[in-house]
Amino acid sequence: MIDLQTVLATLDATLRVSTPLVLCAMAGLFSERSGIVDISLEGKMLSGAFAAGAVAAVTGSPVLALLVATLVCIGLGLVHGFACITHRGDQVVSGLAINVLASGLTVVLGIAWFSQGGQTPSLSSDARFMPLVLPFAEALQTVPIIGPVYHDLISGHNLLVYVAFVFVPLTWWIVYKTRFGLRLRAVGENPLAVDTAGISVSLMRYQSVMICGALCGVAGTYLAIAQNAAFVREMTAGQGYIALAALIFGKWRPVPAMLACLMFGFLDAVSIRLQGISIPGIGEVPVQAIQALPYVLTVVLLAGFIGKAIAPKSVGVPFTKNR
Amino acid sequence: MNTQNVPLPAWIEVGLIPILNIVMALFFAGLIMFAIGVNPVEAVEIMLFGAFGYDEAIGYTLYYTTNFIFTGLAVAVAFHASLFNIGGEGQAYIGGLGVGLVFLLLDAYLPPLLLIPIGIAAAGLFGAAWAFIPAWLQAYRGSHIVITTIMFNFIAASLMVYLLVNVLIAPGSMSPETREFDAAAWLPQMHEVFTWFGLSIARTPLNLSLVWALICCLFVWIYIWRTRWGYALRTAGYSESAAIYAGIKPRKVIVSAMCLSGALAGFVAVNEIMGVHHRVLLNFTAGYGFTGIAVSLMGRNHPIGIIFASLLFGVLYQGGAELAFEIPKISREMVVAIQGLIILFSGALALMLRPWVVRLYLLVRPLDSEPST
Repeated sequence: MIDLQTVLATLDATLRVSTPLVLCAMAGLFSERSGIVDISLEGKMLSGAFAAGAVAAVTGSPVLALLVATLVCIGLGLVHGFACITHRGDQVVSGLAINVLASGLTVVLGIAWFSQGGQTPSLSSDARFMPLVLPFAEALQTVPIIGPVYHDLISGHNLLVYVAFVFVPLTWWIVYKTRFGLRLRAVGENPLAVDTAGISVSLMRYQSVMICGALCGVAGTYLAIAQNAAFVREMTAGQGYIALAALIFGKWRPVPAMLACLMFGFLDAVSIRLQGISIPGIGEVPVQAIQALPYVLTVVLLAGFIGKAIAPKSVGVPFTKNR
Repeated sequence: MNTQNVPLPAWIEVGLIPILNIVMALFFAGLIMFAIGVNPVEAVEIMLFGAFGYDEAIGYTLYYTTNFIFTGLAVAVAFHASLFNIGGEGQAYIGGLGVGLVFLLLDAYLPPLLLIPIGIAAAGLFGAAWAFIPAWLQAYRGSHIVITTIMFNFIAASLMVYLLVNVLIAPGSMSPETREFDAAAWLPQMHEVFTWFGLSIARTPLNLSLVWALICCLFVWIYIWRTRWGYALRTAGYSESAAIYAGIKPRKVIVSAMCLSGALAGFVAVNEIMGVHHRVLLNFTAGYGFTGIAVSLMGRNHPIGIIFASLLFGVLYQGGAELAFEIPKISREMVVAIQGLIILFSGALALMLRPWVVRLYLLVRPLDSEPST
């Protein structure tokens, strides 16, 4: 009933859907591990997508688009930092402000510049990140199991998909094996101790929000000019929040967070396939139920019914040096 | 110099600084307009005319204002308990479900005098119920209310799509919405109310829920500042340990504050469903729940401030529609961008200007006892 072809196609779709989630979850990890709550992953990704779509449409260069998108998102990260670190503002309020601002501004600028109802012009394949064929994919295709898996699942994605999944071990290495990572984790748990050790809490947190911004920019670029061929208004459609949920689900650790992204991506891929199909014993599962599942699971997890998600101790608390 | 603990007179603290913050937000909004080649002064003129220039405009402005009063109050009540309710959007949506279920069952059998209070109660109860779950989880299971209410917005959206597409859809209808309620369940619109007194005004969606919104303002003010429950709510919001010491149970406060907040958000359905659409339809909340956050921040979480902030957003929404119509280069989403700027400057950066204001104030009126160094 279920053949290898279907399984591979579903898993392939899972990878494609999970890519922006993985990038955003890693972005959020840097920010939240340093003690800055970031609900603005959504807004930054949306702005990045718009910047990438606009630059690629004007210049035709995907690399330049990636660069500008990254810079725009770093800029938004700095706005978040300015409010939360320098002025000790409420981190959730600041994040929400960025989300709302991005949601409005991308459409306003899109209509003013391109007059296509908030969309950017469709891109030709030169202006996009196109699927890459990995070496030996064709040659190995005839080998049973390994051939199709390599050819259909692992090969044939665009560059940014590989970037996203390389970033997971890289994030792990940075956070757990480098001096920067140690300080990053310390500043999110006990900033006073870091301050006492003579390290600037503000600088650490500013660096984190900038890394966070850069990764959101890559995620946005992926949405606008790799997965799709143009920016469409509200194209992030809550994926930034799903990434945040995945980060919490992964208990603020890189590999579990990636697995949560893959799980949420898989649910998404499956929900499209399950449309109108009746499962024996359960009946037809509404698409909306599967779409809501990531959110429901996160709520259940946060309530401590399946394991306990413990946030970095000082997340959301502004650091006051002089008291 | 540490300016944080320098006391300022009330008119600066609740008057001047909030106004300066809004001015900054509007200044950046002007810059955006300038960047896309629109003259901000002309835009403001069109907006003000679009919001107040003629009878119909005023009606629409006040109709939007009504929604913002409800969602602004919802956010404010939670804020006083130091809870951040981002879930107003979902609570309003589920409030609409409550109105829909009750009216679909009862609208043929009961007179308006019974139906309307039942509808209002249903909107409030369903909104409160949708806020109760995150509140209970925060109070008794320690999950964070911000994350849970965000998740509940999405869950509400999925639930409503499912119900409207598969269950509540009017038989034979192509679009996912319920049948129209019987006219007995309609909340009278203002132009009808005025005709009862022999007056005639333009026909707009403005309806009696504006009056209910103002009653809610009064009620919230009494509740928060004039009752022991409000005292408990503010105490628990200010300091949990002090509250426990005073014999207040913070868990109960969390649950009751959030339920009140959810009920207020649910009342958006009174305006939208009972007053205007007379049926439940997809996305009738249109982001009003999120605007409530900007409204509450701008109104400093006080009913009076919220009424003014709601009016400003009513002007932005109605005037913004007119603006988008007059100048095709500009779109309605400009209002959303302005909303983001207001949340940023009146919320996250609310204290940015304070040190400067303190320095200026001390120049004019130095402290009596300057500590010698």
